[in-house]
Amino acid sequence: MFDFGKWTSAFNDLLLGCMPEWCAVLIECVLIAVAILGAYTVLALFYILYERKLCAWFQCRLGPMRVGPWGLLQVFADMFKILIKEIISIKNTDKFLFRLAPFIVIVSSVTMLACLPWGNGLQIINFNIGIFFILAVSSVGVLGILLAGWSSNNKYTLIGAIRSGAQMVSYEISLGLSIITIVLFAGTMNINELVMEQESAWFLFRGHIPAIIAFLIYIVAATAETNRGPFDLPEAEHELVAGYHTEYSGITFGFYYLAEYLNLFIVSGIASLMFLGGWMPLHIPGWEAFNNIMNYIPSIVWFLGKAFFISFVIIWFKWTFPRVRIDQLLAFEWKYLMPLSLANLVLMAVFVALNWHF
Amino acid sequence: MEVKIKSMKHEDFKDNEYIDKLVEELNASGANVAVGNLNQLINWGISNSLWPLCFGTSCCAIEFMSLGAARYDMARFGFEVARNSPRQADYIMVQGTIVHRMAPAMIRLYEQLAEPKYVIACGGCAVSGGPFKNSYCVVPGVDKILPVDVYIPGCPPRPEAFFYGLMQLQRKIKVQKFFGGINRKQKREEFFAAHPEDRGLLS
Amino acid sequence: MSDIKEIISGVCPEAIFVEGGEALQVNVPAEKWHDFALTLRDDRRLGFDLLTAVVGMDWKDSLGVIYYLTSTSRGWDMLEVKVVAPDMKDPYIHTVSDIWKVANFQEREVYDFFGIKFINHPDMRRMFLRNDWVGHPLRKDYDADPQKNPIRLNDEVNEDDTVSYVQDEKGKIKKVPGKVFEENDYVVNFGPQHPSTHGVMRMRAGVDGETITKVDMMSGYIHRGIEKLSEGLGYPQILHFTDRMDYMSAHQNRHCLCMCIEKALGLEVPRRAQVIRVMMDELMRISSHLLAFGCTAMDLGATTAFFYGFREREMVLDIFEKTCGARMSMNYNVIGGVIADLHPDFVKDVKELIRIMPERLKEYHTVFTGNIIAQNRLKGVGHLSKEDAINYAITGPSGRGSNWSNDCRKVRPYSIYSELDFEECLETGCDSFARYMVRMREIEQSCKILEQLVDNIPEGEIRAMNVPKVVKLPVGHWYAQVEASRGTFGVYIESDGTKNPYRVHFQSPCFNLIGVMDLCCQGHMIADLITIGAALDFVIPDIDR
Repeated sequence: MFDFGKWTSAFNDLLLGCMPEWCAVLIECVLIAVAILGAYTVLALFYILYERKLCAWFQCRLGPMRVGPWGLLQVFADMFKILIKEIISIKNTDKFLFRLAPFIVIVSSVTMLACLPWGNGLQIINFNIGIFFILAVSSVGVLGILLAGWSSNNKYTLIGAIRSGAQMVSYEISLGLSIITIVLFAGTMNINELVMEQESAWFLFRGHIPAIIAFLIYIVAATAETNRGPFDLPEAEHELVAGYHTEYSGITFGFYYLAEYLNLFIVSGIASLMFLGGWMPLHIPGWEAFNNIMNYIPSIVWFLGKAFFISFVIIWFKWTFPRVRIDQLLAFEWKYLMPLSLANLVLMAVFVALNWHF
Repeated sequence: MEVKIKSMKHEDFKDNEYIDKLVEELNASGANVAVGNLNQLINWGISNSLWPLCFGTSCCAIEFMSLGAARYDMARFGFEVARNSPRQADYIMVQGTIVHRMAPAMIRLYEQLAEPKYVIACGGCAVSGGPFKNSYCVVPGVDKILPVDVYIPGCPPRPEAFFYGLMQLQRKIKVQKFFGGINRKQKREEFFAAHPEDRGLLS
Repeated sequence: MSDIKEIISGVCPEAIFVEGGEALQVNVPAEKWHDFALTLRDDRRLGFDLLTAVVGMDWKDSLGVIYYLTSTSRGWDMLEVKVVAPDMKDPYIHTVSDIWKVANFQEREVYDFFGIKFINHPDMRRMFLRNDWVGHPLRKDYDADPQKNPIRLNDEVNEDDTVSYVQDEKGKIKKVPGKVFEENDYVVNFGPQHPSTHGVMRMRAGVDGETITKVDMMSGYIHRGIEKLSEGLGYPQILHFTDRMDYMSAHQNRHCLCMCIEKALGLEVPRRAQVIRVMMDELMRISSHLLAFGCTAMDLGATTAFFYGFREREMVLDIFEKTCGARMSMNYNVIGGVIADLHPDFVKDVKELIRIMPERLKEYHTVFTGNIIAQNRLKGVGHLSKEDAINYAITGPSGRGSNWSNDCRKVRPYSIYSELDFEECLETGCDSFARYMVRMREIEQSCKILEQLVDNIPEGEIRAMNVPKVVKLPVGHWYAQVEASRGTFGVYIESDGTKNPYRVHFQSPCFNLIGVMDLCCQGHMIADLITIGAALDFVIPDIDR
């Protein structure tokens, strides 16, 4: 298995050889920041096109076709347009918070992106509380949405923001509990160790029944966390016009637009990390030849492939299901999903204690 | 020089002289190479990413829905991201009659659009008042209250006509200058200063 | 009919009967009208529980209102009541909006157009025109000078102010100002530009948290004054307006207007034209219900189902295009028949449509109807009881969702509907889901009607030969009804013998539909406001006309 860690440590040694340590760290930080922001933009643009194409195919249409081959340049046209759009400043708003809100959302999602393990050795920082950190940062995003809704001084945005607050706080519980189930099983929160634990087989297979239940709960909760259909109430296009970002124009709206798609990638990435082995290839215990062949596929392809697949499922939800109502949404979480995840946690504890797993 | 639209041949457009004249004017005033190329890039971006505002008053809106549906599929040209909030839309397609009670709301919608913004008058009613021109409360053409970029006649226009109109708008965008220049989009007040006769009906 | 006369003379000796029209006409003095109306509704022997139409009139020397009443218990007998306001200068008539709730908006419309004030009406605002409009446009002495009513670009002020006229014991009329929403109400405004109002309707919802306490419907954002325009045009010229009112039931509306004119002229429409008209009506109904399906799905957030509905709708539009030459606003029916013969492909295309519809409907039910979220969103939402449906005159699929049999094709058959075998779709749910299901089942029934006719289109003329070159109706007035896609559509024509009508009134089904929004939405959530509107399926240009 190719290890990107060799390259990075070689580069680090090279820098340390010709300059003091603080200087090397500074250069590395800048390079990483540029790389992360670049990856962020490219991924978000890819996701926008991905969703537009997929939804077109679900709806017996073609989707973008004319701008570039198969419409590949469509998103770049959109990007240029949105960059030069006027940013409207509105009377009677809280100007400071109004401007700040999109940045909170974007910072939260960039930080989460930075924590994901992209491939073998291709990881920016390896915490011992990695997955916990990701969960904590993901909660910051809701603050940006609440601020946006409140500072816009508009009734649609306010209702959208309050809905979003209620929804995200509720579904974070199930999301957290389903991740804790896996943490309990793996016995670590360190992202690198989580991946390494899955070398023999992915957690979804190793933990069988409770892991599969946790996976299903996670997918539902993640769909709600990213405000996507059928849980897209904060934006609820047909009720609240555009929800919490109704008053945003130009690139400030673009930030929400990008963050929405990138959050989709991030929750898919976490799902692939926690349940489908992160960048770890598909290994089946005992099939050595098969495992070796799988190892030839680069780890980054595995990670992105799994993330895109889970995103595909979530996009599929959005374009199939109608939207739920706010009371149904909350009842579903508090009456069914959260008790189920708690029970599942207990079940997993029993499985781990009695060693009923692979 | 001609304005190229990928989806339609140059000779298929009906009013090439008008656009060609604009291009000549544009070139005559001269442009810096860097600024000129940047202009072209931006115009390519704007013209290929026209997000409509979801706004329909009557029959034309249903044809607009057909335009979005599978047979005509305006997503092919990247027009399908219909925004419900005027702040995020690029152009407003006036689909249907505008009456006196709607006029102030219409103006407000236009003012809520973020620059660069465009207006398409779609269907007989929006172009001139159509069959209701003589009515006591119909605005005889939306151009009485808003600067209109493209007119699409018809009652209602066919989806193909919508496409033709949208491509005309694309061509118009491709000859505008984002960085200064003579044919930037006019503001409403400037328009009325230059055309005082159109102000007649306004209070 | 004769027993009605006896009963009425018994309770109201002042009533004068006019016979010779299509329905019995009763002239009642304005001061007796309210008590008389109460008797008409509550007397078991009469039972006029449905107020079909309210037509404001200006007879140059007097102003008044013609009410068309229907008794659902007496075989849909119609009664016409004419009430003349005593004073031309300051006209007052007692309201009947407490007896038939549907009169609430209808009387506001009459006030807007004629300036007749209704005593004890709770909310006497203008319906369609701005509240700073000068004059009442449908009066014959209206000053159409554009200087008086220029295009005002300022917003309307005092939108919350309302007024009602109350009569005290001495008979003096007092003006009582009121407010629609109180100072502390949290009001969320939907429209006129909003993705889910299906046009330019404006709804103001008072909310408590997410729960709706009151909905105020504001109409008139596409009021084009069709009724006034019609008075200045000849009969063949006014036909095209009907296509542009409810564009989703263009054929039916135009059928109705043609029927009304043919009735007045005494024209016999050839059999072939009748069959073609009925087939076009049913195709239009399919197209309309497919759109309603798509929009309901889209308003619930299931965007994909919307595209499936439109896919089949394109087939119907193709049939229209081949025969009529247009996809929408077909302008097909004319006085005495239809304008052009069928396209050679017509039979083949219709058969193809009938063939694929059952499996496509199954697909819709799989994609959308069967979905648990869709069912939870629609079931139990927007309850409308049968009594309320009658009182608010909610006809069409929305009324049939409340288990009220009101299909005009069955209860007052017109054209060739009495010969056809089809079922009136009724649902007992009384909620949004029932209304939605009625529409889906009506698509099947329309296919059934088409199936019976497609092989039996008789040869012959497509237009009556004896249509006069200049259409002049004799003196009198007529009222015709058809079952449009959204309910009973009525046309009232009064003629003074010239080539222009003296008064044309279109009684549109959607106008009644918006009347129940307040009733249906109370206690539900903001999201339900949208689904209730989608399930009632109103078309705004039909309301505003």
